[in-house]
Amino acid sequence: MIVAERKSLDEILAMLQGCSRVLVVGCGTCVTVCMAGGEKEVGVLASLLRLAAQREGRTVEIGETTIERQCEWEFVDGLAPGIRGYDAVLSMGCGAGVQTIAQRFGGVRVLPALNTKFIGIPEKQGMWVEMCLGCGDCVLDRTGGICPVARCSKGLLNGPCGGSQGGKCEVSKDIDCAWQLIYDRLASLGRLDLLEAEFAPKDWSKNRDGGPRKVLREEVML
Amino acid sequence: MKSRSNLEWVLAAGHFALTGELGPPQSASAEVIRKKAEYYKGCVDAVNITDNQTAIVRMSSIASAAILAGLGLDPIMQMTCRDRNRIAIQSDILGAYALGVNNILCLTGDHQSFGNHPTSKNVYDLDSVQLIHMVRVMRDEKRFLSGDELKAEPRMLIGAAENPFADPFEYRVVRLAKKVAAGADFIQTQAVFDLPRFSRWMQMVRDRGLHERVYILAGVIPVKSARALEYMKNEVPGMSVPDELIRRMEAAGDPKEEGVRIAVETIQQLREVPGVAGIHLMPMMWEAIAPVVAERAGLLPRPALPAAGLAPASEGPPAGA
Ligand code: SF4
Ligand code: SF4
Repeated sequence: MIVAERKSLDEILAMLQGCSRVLVVGCGTCVTVCMAGGEKEVGVLASLLRLAAQREGRTVEIGETTIERQCEWEFVDGLAPGIRGYDAVLSMGCGAGVQTIAQRFGGVRVLPALNTKFIGIPEKQGMWVEMCLGCGDCVLDRTGGICPVARCSKGLLNGPCGGSQGGKCEVSKDIDCAWQLIYDRLASLGRLDLLEAEFAPKDWSKNRDGGPRKVLREEVML
Repeated sequence: MKSRSNLEWVLAAGHFALTGELGPPQSASAEVIRKKAEYYKGCVDAVNITDNQTAIVRMSSIASAAILAGLGLDPIMQMTCRDRNRIAIQSDILGAYALGVNNILCLTGDHQSFGNHPTSKNVYDLDSVQLIHMVRVMRDEKRFLSGDELKAEPRMLIGAAENPFADPFEYRVVRLAKKVAAGADFIQTQAVFDLPRFSRWMQMVRDRGLHERVYILAGVIPVKSARALEYMKNEVPGMSVPDELIRRMEAAGDPKEEGVRIAVETIQQLREVPGVAGIHLMPMMWEAIAPVVAERAGLLPRPALPAAGLAPASEGPPAGA
């Protein structure tokens, strides 16, 4: 899933300066699961915004709504009735959600309430970790199902750097060395041979190159 | 010969090599380089110039190496993958060679979070193995990484680093083998304090016959104090420092003298390990101690070039080719 984290209240308030009618829009998918921008978080943020205004003696109108997915037209369309009555829409979706709303409603100011962080998983209650950065050319078949691109601090492809020690990354003792994990896993699979051959330089043209990447599939096009 | 490197000549002639490390200043002062170069003149076969080590901004290794070359020393330009993509690295290699740099040490590079610009974006377009491969293709196949033809190739001796003290231990020799296959001519290791572990690693190196395909220079750091050792043990990832060494430094009346003694003893022990082709001294900004250690370890004088010498780095075949 996409993992995100709410921006600080100060940063959100600074964005909203001059707005007295604000619609806070949650998303029912990834950011609900990672507890950053679901219905509950919309309620909390809306209350915080009202309190802040009260403290400053301003009157504001804060609307609340949560749609199933902010990154799909059919759900975003549901915002149409009423959205234009607001000074700003504060999206609690990921970066794709914010942009989908903005693209659908020209002339409406859409602001991000979250920092979108990564594609990851909840490793344990209250902790999410990055697993993939969508590099466009997956190598997991050669690395025991553990991603060196996203999980090694340097994105190395030819094994651990000289800073790997005791299973930890040189960057911090809180970070597992991805290459130690890959080594252990391939050892347990009896496939350490995969680590002998040189990995050629990565083709980054499949990642961030020449504008937004597109996936076209004619067989499903209408 | 693959290059006009003095180091290559020394190694090929079968001498026990000695290289030293020089850290460029955090300033634009060429004077600092010239002064440090004095310590190394006649004392080592080649001088490593670090490339923004620990991600702290310093004078570029290319410029510093060119200054050294101008002083008649044989620089080893360190090049990390942290700060440049494949375009910039190839361009810098061409430029460095044109300025008289005949050796390159290909490194992954310390992560930027260690340095003084932790909010920077790293590159790591290539890793060190891919970098070695790229330099070899440029030199031996006269091609860029793209496959395009390269008319005047950079004839550099290719070095790489390996750390026998990092983990997973059993994999370190596999990674070394990858670097050798990619084209490394010589290896400089992380500083050896833990001789038993180094010897176990060398055994694995010999088991694979790698010592016959690449020159291995063992790293040695002369330390000034027990605190410096403790710092390395606890704060520098990928180092192994035995406690008894720390206790020995603590007990010493003159820690600097003790540090030199330990370095000299280590060098003598490393010399006995089969497959070790030389020593790489890393004085960590204490360059003045290099000649002292070299002298007391019996490594002076350094082998002098044959009268014909190496041709100056310009067009034309290298001496002895
Ligand atoms: S290799 Fe690329 S696509 Fe595969 S998990 Fe890693 S970042 Fe994602
Ligand atoms: S220690 Fe491991 S995870 Fe960290 S940069 Fe080195 S190889 Fe990557």
